[in-house]
Amino acid sequence: MTTIVSDKPFVGTPVDRVDGRLKVTGQAQYTADTPVEHVAYAVMVTSTIARGKIGSIDSSEAREVAGVLQIFTHENSPRFTQPEADFMNALVPAQSFMPLQSDEIIHYGQQIAVVVAETFEAARAAAARVRVAYEAGHPLLSPDDAEAQRTKPEQFFGSMLQTERGDVEKYLEGAAATLDARYTTPTQFHNPMEPHATVAQWNGSKLTIHEPSQWVKGVQNYVATIFKMPVEDVHVISPFVGGGFGNKGFSFPHTILAAMAARELKRPVKLLMTRAQLFGQTGHRPRTEQRLRIGAQKDGKLVAIDHTSTIEASLAGWFVEPSGRITPMLYSCPNVRMSHEAVWLNVPAPGPMRAPGETPGTFALESALDELAAKLGVDPIELRVKNDTSHDEEGNRPFSSRHLVECFRAGATRFGWKDRPKKPRERREHNEYVGYGVATATFPGLRSPASARVRRDNGRFLVEVATHDIGTGMYSIIAQVAADALGVGIEQIECRIGDSSLPPAPVAGGSMSTASVMPAVQAACLKLRESGANEAEASTMPGDEQERYSFHSFGAQFVEVRVDETLGRVRVARALGVFDCGKIVNPKTARSQFLGGIVFGIGMALMEDGVFDRRSGRVITDNLADYRIPVNADIGEIEAIAVEHPDFLLNPLGVRGVGEIGTTGVAAAIANAVYNATGKRVRDLPITPDKLL
Amino acid sequence: MQAFELLQPADTREAIELSARTKGAAFIAGGTNVVDLMKCGVASPSTLIDITRLPLAAIDVEPDRLRIGALVLNSAVAHHPVVVEQFPMLAEAFLAGASPQLRNMATIGGNVLQRTRCPYFRDPAAACNKRHPGDGCDALEGLHRMHAILGTSDACIATHASDAAVALVALDAILEIQGPSSARRVSLEEFYSFPGDTPNVENDLRPGELIVAIEIPRGRAHKHSTYLKVRDRASYEFALVSVAAGLDFDGDRIGDARIALGGVGTIPWRVRAAEDALLDSEGDSAYERAAQIALEHAVPRRDNGFKIELAKRAIVRALETVRRGQ
Repeated sequence: MTTIVSDKPFVGTPVDRVDGRLKVTGQAQYTADTPVEHVAYAVMVTSTIARGKIGSIDSSEAREVAGVLQIFTHENSPRFTQPEADFMNALVPAQSFMPLQSDEIIHYGQQIAVVVAETFEAARAAAARVRVAYEAGHPLLSPDDAEAQRTKPEQFFGSMLQTERGDVEKYLEGAAATLDARYTTPTQFHNPMEPHATVAQWNGSKLTIHEPSQWVKGVQNYVATIFKMPVEDVHVISPFVGGGFGNKGFSFPHTILAAMAARELKRPVKLLMTRAQLFGQTGHRPRTEQRLRIGAQKDGKLVAIDHTSTIEASLAGWFVEPSGRITPMLYSCPNVRMSHEAVWLNVPAPGPMRAPGETPGTFALESALDELAAKLGVDPIELRVKNDTSHDEEGNRPFSSRHLVECFRAGATRFGWKDRPKKPRERREHNEYVGYGVATATFPGLRSPASARVRRDNGRFLVEVATHDIGTGMYSIIAQVAADALGVGIEQIECRIGDSSLPPAPVAGGSMSTASVMPAVQAACLKLRESGANEAEASTMPGDEQERYSFHSFGAQFVEVRVDETLGRVRVARALGVFDCGKIVNPKTARSQFLGGIVFGIGMALMEDGVFDRRSGRVITDNLADYRIPVNADIGEIEAIAVEHPDFLLNPLGVRGVGEIGTTGVAAAIANAVYNATGKRVRDLPITPDKLL
Repeated sequence: MQAFELLQPADTREAIELSARTKGAAFIAGGTNVVDLMKCGVASPSTLIDITRLPLAAIDVEPDRLRIGALVLNSAVAHHPVVVEQFPMLAEAFLAGASPQLRNMATIGGNVLQRTRCPYFRDPAAACNKRHPGDGCDALEGLHRMHAILGTSDACIATHASDAAVALVALDAILEIQGPSSARRVSLEEFYSFPGDTPNVENDLRPGELIVAIEIPRGRAHKHSTYLKVRDRASYEFALVSVAAGLDFDGDRIGDARIALGGVGTIPWRVRAAEDALLDSEGDSAYERAAQIALEHAVPRRDNGFKIELAKRAIVRALETVRRGQ
């Protein structure tokens, strides 16, 4: 085979997905389709109360279903110890207790039994026949419930959740213009296309787990810790993942239930989650209530910000949405206070969802700045430009690379910002008011240690790393970076990822995979090329630049809405995101990430609304009809562009992540555009027709 | 989902006989509703009688009426040239419902029997008088933003989910029903029952009976009609409010009017009093009054009061749209 090696590097070119053909031809094998001989099927039974005790479980009728092998409950399951979270050692259980260990119920939808049968159909039929009697207590479901415990959490993965600089009260009082407004964001569910599934197979004392995962090392450590096994005896395989958005990152106990059933029954077990079970058993973005008090000078210069967040936390978990975290960093302001209060409720364990913190936080802060701009009669873009800074005033260090103003300027030109309606209700076409809105997008530029191995293989090169492609394009960008470093054609590169036995890489979360894994891939390939060896491995990690600089990505979101005020209908006719994320490895897959992120934001702004029943605690909206995410007909014209300023302070390739930033700021830009169209300020998402009548 | 037996009769008579003598049997055509309900544990028929082989899939265009076989697919009705041309509100209503994939499976006969989307009806663990009379109704105090404001009772506030049925009641549709011993014709509007104390009884279909066709008489206002649906997303979404509206003018004055509402009633909601208010008026000024009349008996609850104003506005908009098209 002859190979044409281009002089032009692959990095920076819009290479087609290298796994695209496998996916569109159905050859990419996802977990639930994994063929396993002699496999048994597991279906989970979940609680129908939110708080109390199981009085009794009657499995007799379920056992009569032909093909049922075993029904596990708290009465006959082995005992497990709940592991402590240890992020630095890749162990993060999302839930704070193990299921099937006691009769206590903490949330509706809690796993209380596992039915295992010869077929999926038999397991499902039997699961519906497990009869449970409860001793129900009063569930804590509202943040207003006086009985609910309230705490002030200190940290979110090392960053502070309660901070203050300067004298906020004094400068709020003395400010020329002030704003005091409250915003809420609803409970949201991730809804990746692929539901969770686990295939567990024991071979003596060794265990193989197939599971769609954003963190194979995390699953490996979780399982090994709970089963008290050597880590290397657990093998987690996850070559293809049908989306995650965060709900396949932290570890959830269904994995343990599948492995437990397989061990007890001495045969492989395939556990399949239903779509309904994804609403509650795999995390969610918790509801937030945010209050922003802002003081500014007449020219828009910020003098004080107080951002308080009340978060609905779970008695079944620990996660607290860090919605205020952006505020001390995003703009220059001498007096800033940011605080979070968690209210502990009988709801399922939440977890990170695409830009945890930044997504609800930018809705509140960027809506508030729009309100301030309207009060002051200042162009919303100029307000942000006025408060731009090259210095992270929270971390007290310079940003490695910040081009927010360039994003706004470039976007304003491309979007036609100068032609916007200058005041609400100014432009009407047919039955619709037209409105423009903007907001800042932001996400940290994270990097973690990572390792990669490359091997010569009959004229080809095999690159191996325990990273993940959750639809993001990781296979493709590894091939690009490897081909450049080796000086070969991209078709000569083969990648193996999504396997815990490979050199370690971080969670596919925090938009950090590209910035973490690419340096390791590049280093391993350069090592192989220079040494002439058959195999090379390299480990790379961030250094002391982390102490000297603040690493963040930025962006500007522009939207044009059409509002049929009579009927309360909002359409996002146009959206443009301009992003500052360092060097872009693959403009094609990065663009997909940005566009997907903006669509995610449109759903948040206009329709997503996860509701726990106020009396039972059940997720009432546990399906894709009642929990609305956008369909194609909801999406107008979307454009995403990147201003490419490589961030070589972060890593040798100058890359930061692109997975989450696209969602941030979108909901605020839409709410701001709705205000510009109609003069109505909606502070409670989603912006549904009833809120605009 | 529980195991069930599948029977595949060859003709209509056999299907009806099987249904009459098989306890716990249900008919299945497109299956878009019954299979869904079987999956969530709300329906558990012991036997499904597959009627898709029956010869009930023709659309007959007759001088005084349209006769649509019960097995005609939603998508086929929506795209039939005579429906598009002569009964636009029906074509639009079908296109406003569900998604293309569902419309390519679902049948018009099944559509008029579509069950409610009430989340408490769909959850076997919740209290629902429709599923188990006497158990109570969790929707009354639960999430009921989507629920009905017309035709409700203390026992049930579930909304009728069909779009097409709203247009069909506006068009005076008649069901042809075949039973074990006789056939009958019944107006679709009268076919549906209010929930009252017996929300489990939704219609007048008797054991063993099968809907074989739906007739739509030609009417003056049918040709000048529209279906307006307001919803939380642009497709694959149930109505917050929908309006099937038709108008025909004698010169400047309204000679025939049709108004039916969806998303607000426990049954597809024809509002004859509002239609009467339009007759002999000059239009425009009368639209608001008709809207007022249509909603005057509405009973809102905590989360769905907005539907009253939204429905009024939608009625006016739909009538204006029809008027503009003439």
